[in-house]
Formats: sequence, C-alpha cells, structure tokens
Amino acid sequence: MARHRSFDLRIWRKLLPFLRPRRALLATIMGLMLLSAGLDVAIPLFQRYAIDRFITPATTEGLGGYLGVYALTVLAQSLIVLLFVKRSLTAEMLLGRDMKRACFVHLQKLSLSYYNTTPVGYMMSRVMSDTNRLSGLIAWGVVDAFWAAAYVSGAFVAMLLLHWRLALVVMTVAPCIALLTWYFQNKILACNRQVRKENSRLTAAYNEGVMGARTAKILVMEENNTAEFTGIAGEMYRYSVRAAILNGLYIPIVSFFSSLAVALVLTRGGYLVMADGLRFGTFAAFITYGVGIFEPIQQLARILADTISAQANIERVAGLLEQKPGIADRPEVTARYGDQFEPKTENWEPIRGDIEFQDVSFQYPDGKECVLEHFNLRIPAGAAIAIVGETGAGKSTLVNLVCRFFEPTGGQILIDGRDYRERSQLWLRGNIGYVLQTPHLFSGTIRENIRYGNLDASDEQVEAAARQVSAHTVAERLEKGYDSDVGEGGDRLSTGEKQLISFARAVLADPRIFVLDEATSSVDTATEKLIQEAIAHILRGRTSFVIAHRLSTVRHAGHILAVRDGKIVEQGRHEELMERKGYYYQLYTRQFAWEATTGALRDSKEPEPALP
Amino acid sequence: MTRKCEAPEENTGRERRRPQRTQTRLRILSHYAKGAKGLLLLSLIASVLSIGCYFLMPQVILLTVDSVIGEADFRLPDFLLAGINQAGLRAYLRQNLVWCLAVILLFDILSGFFTYLRRASMAKGAEGIIRRLRIGLYGHIQRLPYLWHAEHKTGDILQRCTADVDVIRLFISGQALELFRAVSLVILALAVMFTMNIKMTLAAAGFLPLIAIYSYVFYGRIAKRFRAADEAEGELSAAVQENLSSVRVVRAFGRERYEVERFDAKNLRFTDLWMRLGYVLGLYWGLGDLLTGLQVMTVVGMGALLSTTGELTMGQFLAFVSYNAQLVWPIRGLGRILSEMSKAGVSLDRIGAILTYPAEDSDEAEPSEVESSEAAAAANGNVGEADSANGAGTDAGAAGTEADDELFAGDIAFDIRRFAYPGGKPILRDIRVTIPGGSTLGILGGTGTGKSTLMHLLDRLYDLPPAMGRITVGGVDIQSLRRRRLRRHIGFALQEPFLFSRTIRENISAFRPGAPLAAARRAAAIACVDGAIEGFADGYDTMVGERGVTLSGGQKQRVAIARMLTQQAPIMIFDDSLSAVDGETDARIRASLRENLGRATVILISHRVATLMTADNILVLDNGQVTEMGTHAELLAREGIYRRVFDIQGGGEVTPAGGELDV
Repeated sequence: MARHRSFDLRIWRKLLPFLRPRRALLATIMGLMLLSAGLDVAIPLFQRYAIDRFITPATTEGLGGYLGVYALTVLAQSLIVLLFVKRSLTAEMLLGRDMKRACFVHLQKLSLSYYNTTPVGYMMSRVMSDTNRLSGLIAWGVVDAFWAAAYVSGAFVAMLLLHWRLALVVMTVAPCIALLTWYFQNKILACNRQVRKENSRLTAAYNEGVMGARTAKILVMEENNTAEFTGIAGEMYRYSVRAAILNGLYIPIVSFFSSLAVALVLTRGGYLVMADGLRFGTFAAFITYGVGIFEPIQQLARILADTISAQANIERVAGLLEQKPGIADRPEVTARYGDQFEPKTENWEPIRGDIEFQDVSFQYPDGKECVLEHFNLRIPAGAAIAIVGETGAGKSTLVNLVCRFFEPTGGQILIDGRDYRERSQLWLRGNIGYVLQTPHLFSGTIRENIRYGNLDASDEQVEAAARQVSAHTVAERLEKGYDSDVGEGGDRLSTGEKQLISFARAVLADPRIFVLDEATSSVDTATEKLIQEAIAHILRGRTSFVIAHRLSTVRHAGHILAVRDGKIVEQGRHEELMERKGYYYQLYTRQFAWEATTGALRDSKEPEPALP
Repeated sequence: MTRKCEAPEENTGRERRRPQRTQTRLRILSHYAKGAKGLLLLSLIASVLSIGCYFLMPQVILLTVDSVIGEADFRLPDFLLAGINQAGLRAYLRQNLVWCLAVILLFDILSGFFTYLRRASMAKGAEGIIRRLRIGLYGHIQRLPYLWHAEHKTGDILQRCTADVDVIRLFISGQALELFRAVSLVILALAVMFTMNIKMTLAAAGFLPLIAIYSYVFYGRIAKRFRAADEAEGELSAAVQENLSSVRVVRAFGRERYEVERFDAKNLRFTDLWMRLGYVLGLYWGLGDLLTGLQVMTVVGMGALLSTTGELTMGQFLAFVSYNAQLVWPIRGLGRILSEMSKAGVSLDRIGAILTYPAEDSDEAEPSEVESSEAAAAANGNVGEADSANGAGTDAGAAGTEADDELFAGDIAFDIRRFAYPGGKPILRDIRVTIPGGSTLGILGGTGTGKSTLMHLLDRLYDLPPAMGRITVGGVDIQSLRRRRLRRHIGFALQEPFLFSRTIRENISAFRPGAPLAAARRAAAIACVDGAIEGFADGYDTMVGERGVTLSGGQKQRVAIARMLTQQAPIMIFDDSLSAVDGETDARIRASLRENLGRATVILISHRVATLMTADNILVLDNGQVTEMGTHAELLAREGIYRRVFDIQGGGEVTPAGGELDV
C-alpha cells in the first residue's frame, strides 16, 4: 500500500464530485461548529465573571440575571449540539450512500476480465469499508477539526485580549503537544495496521484449522497445528500490547504538557496577581483555557494524521472508479441501443440465432498464449454445439466469447450475419440464456429467483416455466411453495434443486441462444433424471452451446468440439469422431465406463450425511 | 477417567447436566485469566493511584490560590506543617512560586506514570487472557470429535472465534476497567469534595443520578436502533457480496439495472435508518450537554453564592469546579458501558458452547502411563510375542514402539453388526471381514454405500459403539487404543484431500515436520507428482492455495498420497484417492506403490477394476452390506456386480473418469 507522509490536496480533490452536492449541508455544519466553538470559548468567561463580580467583592447582586444568561448559553449550546449531530450524521450517510452507489454502479459496468483477476473481498472492501471510513472522516473528523481550530483560535484570541503576556506563556506549550500527537498518532496508526494484518492472519488460521480438521486428525497434527497457531496468537498479542503501550505513553506525556501549561499559568499568573493586580477571575479563566485547549490541539493533530492515512482509502475508491471497462459498447451503438441501465428496446432487432465465428483469434488479457487462432465455425439457428474436454482445458473460452464476456482479439463473431459489436451487450445478453455449472441463486424466494429471467413475468408464467423443467417439485416440497426462502446463495436447497431452479429461470427468459455448463456434481438418481429431461426440453429449437459432461447430451449434439490444453483438437459429429479413435474417443470411452460403472453400482442410493 | 485440568470443559458432563450460565461464564473467564490476575489487579491499583495523584493537583492550585497568593492558613495535615511558620512559608513560596509548579508537575508525572502502568498492565493482562482463550479455542477445536465438525458450519465457528472473542476482549480491557474507573473516579471525587464543602458536594451530586438514569435509559433505546442499523448494513454488505459473486448470472441476464435498483433499495434503507438515528443521537447528546451544563452552572452559581458568605474560599471554588468536571463524563458514559457489557455475556455463552463440548480424547488416559501399559497388554494378548513383552519390562518407551510395530502389522478384523449415525438410518450392516496383516484388500462400491464410513470407523473418526460391533487390529479392540496412537499407524488418503496453505514441502512433511527434503522428494516421486512440483517456479517451496499455486484435483490427490507415504504407516487406506488421476498415471502410481509399500496392510477403495484386481481380497459393498467377496478370479467367476463392472471397463483396459473427465 502506498504510504503518504504528507497531506495532498490533489488526492482529496477526487472526492469533489461527492462533496459538491452536499455543499450547503457541510457549510451549515461548519457554521454550527463555529457557533459552538464560540460558546465553548465563552463559558470559562462566566466563571471569570462570577469570580470578579461576585466572589471577590462578596456580593450577590445581579446573580439572578447572571444565572439567567448562563442558563441561556447552556441551552443554546445543547441546541447546537442537537442540530449538528443530526446534520453531521446526515452528511456522513449521504456521502457514504453516494460513494457506495458510484462504486456499485461502476462495478456493474466493469467486464468479467476484471472480476476474474480481482478477489471479491477486494471489491467489497472498496464498496463498503473504504467509503464508510471516508464519509465518517469527512462528516465528523473534518468537522471536529474545524471546531477544534475555531476553539483554539478563539481561546487564544480571548487569552490575548485578557492578558497577552500570560497568553504567550500558554502558547509556548501548544506546539509541543501538536508535534507529540503527530508523532505518536503516526506510530499508533502504523501499529493498528499491523494489528489488523495479524488479525486477518489469525482468522485465516482459524479457517484452516476448522476446514482441515479431518486431515489434522488423520495425520495426528493437532499438537503441531496448535503450536503453530500459538505463534500467530503471540504475534497478535505482541502488536496489540504495543499499540496499547504506545497509547499508554502518549496520553500521560501529552497530559504532562497540559499540566505544564497550567503550572506555568499558576506561577506566572500568581506573580502577576500579587505584583500587577491581575484579577483573580482572569487568572481562573486562564487556568480553564490552559486545560481546555489541549484536547482540541490533540484532536487537530490526530485528525490530520487520520486525514493523511485516509488518502490511501481515497486512492482505493478512486482507483476502482477510474478502472476502464474492458468491454464497452461503441458510442454509436449506445446511441442506438442504449446502455445497460437505459436500454432502448424499441430499437432492438429480433434475433434468429445464427452464430458465426469468422477467423476468430483470442488471447486472455492475462494470458501469454493465443488460445484460439483463426477459428471458423458456422452454427445455424437451432443447432446444438457440444464442447468436451478435461477440467481446466479451456472449455469456457468459446462460451465467454459467445456471451461477449470477452471479445475476440482478432476476427469477428457474427450473430444473424452482423458483428455482435454492432449491437449493445444488453441486446445480446437479452437473447442468450446461460446456466452455470454451479448454479447461482440469489437470496430470496424461489419465485424471485425464477423471475430473475424475466422481470415482467406474471406468477402464472413463473410457475409454468417451473413446471416445464420440473422445478415445481422443489417448490412443492417446501412449506411455503414458491414463496419459500432459498437462503443465502440458495444454500437451503440441494445442488440438484438449485440446478432445476436455474433452468426455470433460463426458460422464463426464453432466449434464442442457450449456453449451458453441465453440472458434474453427483445428484441422486431421481433428480438426475429430472435434470436430463429439463436439459432436453430447454435445448429444443434453440441454438445452443453446451459444455457437456453427459453422454446423452454429447451424442445428440449436432457438432462436437473437443478441447485440450486450451485448443480445439478435434471437431465433428459424434460418429465421425468415434471412428477417428482419437482424443474424443478416449474421453468418450472413459466417460462411458464411468457412467456404466456408477450405474452398475447404483443399486442403493442412501447418501451419507453431508460432511465437510 | 480424568485428565489433568487444562481446559474448563473438564468439569462438564456428569455433574453439571444443567450448567448454571453465570457459573459457566465465570469459570471460563477465570480459567483463562489464570496468570493474568496479578496484572489485572496491578492495573486496578494503578488506576486508583493515578486518579488519586490527579486529584491532588487541584489541591495544589487551591493552596496556591488561597494560602500563597491569598492570606488563608495552609490547611494541610499536621505532620507536614509541624514546626513550620505559616507566614514564613507563605513569604518563601511567594518569592519562589516555582515550587508550586514543581509540585504540580510532580503529581502529574506520578499520575502519568500510574496511567501508563494501568494501561500497560491492563493491555498485557487482557491481551494475555485473550491470547490464551484464542489458543484454547483453537486447540480445543482441533481436538473436538469429527462428528462435531460435520455438524457445525465453518462460518459460524469462525464467527465465534473472531467476533465473539473480540467482544470479550473489549469487555475485559474496555468496559470492565472503564466501569471500575468511572466508579472509583466518582467516589474519590465526591469524597474529596465532601471534605471541602458539604453543601457544594450535595449540589454537584444531586444531578448525578439524573444523568446516570438518563444515560442508561437513553442508551438502552439507542442500542436497539444501533442494532437495527447494523443489521441493515449487514444486509447491504451481503447484497453487494452476492452481486459480485454472481456477476456471471447478472451479466448473462443483462440485469445490471435491476441489480442497481435492488442495491439502491438496501442502500437507502441503511442510510435512512442511520439518518433517523440522527434525531435520537442529537437528542441524546444535546440533552446530555444540557444536563451537564446545568450541573456545572449550578456548581458555579452555588459556589459564587457560598463564596460571598465566606463559606467557600476562592481556591476551594476553583478546586470544586475542576473536580466537578471530572465527575460528569464517567457518569455520562455509564449507559454505554452497561449496555455494551450485556453483549459480552452472550458472546461468552457462544464461546462456552464450543469449549464445554467434550474433546474426543477426553475419555482417554494420560499418554505416558497408558501408552506402555496398553502396549504391554497388547503384547500379552498376542501369543508368540513374548520378546516384545519382555522388552516392555526393561525399556517402556522403546518397547512401546516395537510392540506397536508388531501390533499394527497384525490382522485387521471388522465385526460390525450394524452402524448408524446418531438419529440416522443404518449405514453398515453385517460386515465381517478380516484383512490378514501385510495383505491388500480392495473395496468396490457406489457412492453412499458406506465405504468411507467403514474407513472412518477404522481410523476412529467415528466411534463404533460396542453394542454395534467391534474392530480389532492385531487382536486388540481399537476402542481400547488411544486415537492418536491408532491414527499414527494408519495412513489415510482421502478422495477430496485438504492441503494447508503452506509450502508443498510442508504439506508433504505434515506428519513429520522438519523431515529432510529428500524424504519429501522421495514420497513425491512414488506418488508421481515430483515432475509437476519441480515444474513450479519455487519447486517444493511453492505455496499452496490463495497465496500460491492452485493445484488441479489430480495434483492435490497425489500430493496427499505423498503426504501419507511420509507417515510410513503399517496400515494404509486409499479412499478413492486417485479418482481425479487419469488411468495412465494411476497405473504408474500403483506400480511404484507396489514396490514401495513393503509389508504394509493396504485397503484400496476405487471405482476402477484395474486398481482393485491385484488385491489379495476384494469385497463389493452394496447398501452397507458385503454382497461379494473373494479374489479377482473368484469374483469374475461369480458373474455379479464385480463381473459387470469388469466387463464395462473392458477388463481393466478403460479407466473410467468421473463427471469431470478429469486428469
């Protein structure tokens, strides 16, 4: 992480788009802080007045009026606090909301290549924690700094007016406190960073301890693992104690300087009272100021240190917002078809479903090698293409290209005879159905998840789509039917059930082109049969791409592509490829043997309890 | 059976069927506080002393103002003033006010020192407790039975180990001390004020209950809203996470706009909850300021009034004002502290639920005494092993391992009438198989036929209740062997192996950390994974997992086999552990294993006839029962499931590959 040692206005300027709409609100808060600081400066003067006016002359005359004014001031101060807290919180939340929204919207535009190389946690921390820290700092920190600055200057002005020589005495101590705070805060911030780092190591260690518990037992590693963990917990202890000790040193040292100021006022002021007839009230007010200004000075230095360390957060957020989408529609395309947020569906042409790869070459942005070179393939509407190959052989490349998650680096892909880059991404995706190997459901009800395929679908349409692929069996099993909650990521359903729901979702979208990544996970026989039927149903009459694992799907495909080490090594119809006795033949026989073996062994289907 | 008390869960079980919650909480806390109690006490003492020193400073100001600058008598304890001329002292100090300065600074330094001591010892004490708690939790989780792990979600366990531990950390180092400090501050301040002027003290103290009640009631209300707002934030966070991890679905359906709308709704709700909290918070702080301001005003007004009648000196007035300032803040914070403290109890219960669950070895005796007696018993139980039994008499340690070698080289006998998981249907029925020592058993069976369960029972990952049958090794019931001892002698390669985020070398040498690299290399070579490992830039020092390379399924399985081989166990289980390896490599590995396994007893579980056919004995498991058993030739002759599978796989020519068509 880049560390900035000094305040850099250019970085903060990046937040202007978020600050500008909140100008009025922020100005009001500053105004309130100014008022509040003014009152805070005035309150010690009440004591001074009481001493000089009542205590020294020993009279109670005018005490009632005095108390009245005092009470009013206290009331005003409380009122200001009430108003300012509400506004500061509003400012924090609005700034945070806008920043979060900007990040989220931008993430929706970024291409899949970005997602492939960026961990979800990394994006999460930008959307959530960085924006939280920044909005909090602006709304409270900067505002507090403003109050502190106003109070300190106000107090100095008051002291200078009351007795300038004594004021100078107090002032000598102030820079020491500022410097000390600056020094310690930077150390403490660095130490806290280290604590956070150790904390994530600790969490990772727990995670591994839990996930690897069975392995640890098998290998009798419990003691060793615990010993290793003891080391990590020890590091955490070391840094936490260090952070606490730094704080433990900082506070008394700063407080010493504060006392020094008071002591100086006491002696110097004492002489002045005795020699020069300095009034007791002024003397008392000085003591109060002497004590009072040090908290704001500390605050100023602390906030400055915070502000500088927050520059890293700004850069992280700005870095995300400045990230250019790898795949973007050309301006003239957007002008005609709209973008992903404001589609102009009235201009969308209907689709037949012809796909043609014309001299397509492709290289992944982070890859060194071309995985496709001058590839040509024509898929007439309604035809089925199966892609087979081993795990990690690069079967999803073609799917990524067809869905325009990536674009060809050479050549073009034509849909209904036109380069698909001449239409918007949303036009294409609106016409492509996609079912993933690991079905991804959203938390919410079954109905909501199916409706994701077509947001305008009526309940009847949703249920009809579900029946077509037997997903209604899932709903019927559950207490609330279609309104049952599927849990986070759908984890209240079994894999097979999730698969069926995701089929229903795709059927509801009713796309012309269908892309299917078949599941490999074993499901029970009954569900397996339902899934097979559902797939057959979905593929009928649609142009389809299937990353196939099932013999039935492979055999019925019009055209088969066998992929090995990222390259297409064989293609043709099933019978042709079998005759060739090449790579496809090998894959097929192995798969056949597997299915037949599990078939032969599958007399009983009592699944073992789910184990980690 | 008892074990030495090293974790609080020892006393659970029989005596405390219904544990008293508070008692459990206290027991856990005080167990981990062992050794830190001195530090905590020191911190409390330092806390009081620092307050004391801090409180002496206004007294110095008071004396300076009243008796040095003013004309009042020095009101100090007699022993300090013995033989000192009041007027002379005043005259001297008036000339040398720097003494007053020195005294103030002295008290400040003392107070600062005690503050440091308080913080440092509290940090060491509290962090020490937390460190012990963390290690205790980790170690206990490692020792919890496999059944517990199977029943609990990783996320929930992690939550307890991190967030809940943090709550307790804050409770000890933050709230508990803060509460103590607040209470002692108030008591000390009131005591000092009381000695100076009773009327003033009453005026100042009169407000305190009001402030305390206001703070507690208000904070209680706010806390609820805080929780609601926090939950809204959690929901928002979950929504973002879900969107980001489902990006392919979102894009495939072109649902960007819909997603933004959903996000907006959650974002607005979160924002709105907090903004509405703004009113309440503003009211909370504003009202607090009003109450405190009025309190200060009352003290100032009252002070002025009393000073005019001479009841209060100028110095006392100043001192009162500064003591009073100390009173108000801790009282205002009381509500927050009390409300936060209630969370700690809940967290402690959640952690306690883990810690009080009996560890799997909690029924086992101490290793040192029993290891040898077990070994001796085992040796005595076997005829013709008198030599090692004699050895046990002379050298318990060495004889233990020798006896172990003999024991675990013996026959393995399963005699299971029935086995079911608690509350589940029977998984295994009538399994009666003996595996002669040094022979190889092959097991063929579909998913869910109980093959893995059988192996889990042998490794005592689950225990076979005596009523359901017994498993013996070398004639000894494995229930009578310590789990660790048993597992040390059984190598177990899982179908879906777990590799740790360490280097490949550390993974392979997991059983013998610090074993020479050559050993790891040899094991890797036998498992035919050496080529792949040397292909990585860092070779054997390559990190596995997120911070390093991602291994393919087949590579993982082979690394796990290499890891198992370094164990050099007399019994080895291959639980479908080459399923993700292609046929050719599978054959190569089998060949090199045959050369290197030596006299070990081997259990092979596989779908591949080619893997099983060379075994001395093969059994076919179906629906938890043995349906066929015999040598390859015998089973072929029987025309059963084995024969069918054999034919399907072209007599071992074709190695079936799972749904992934994997390498």
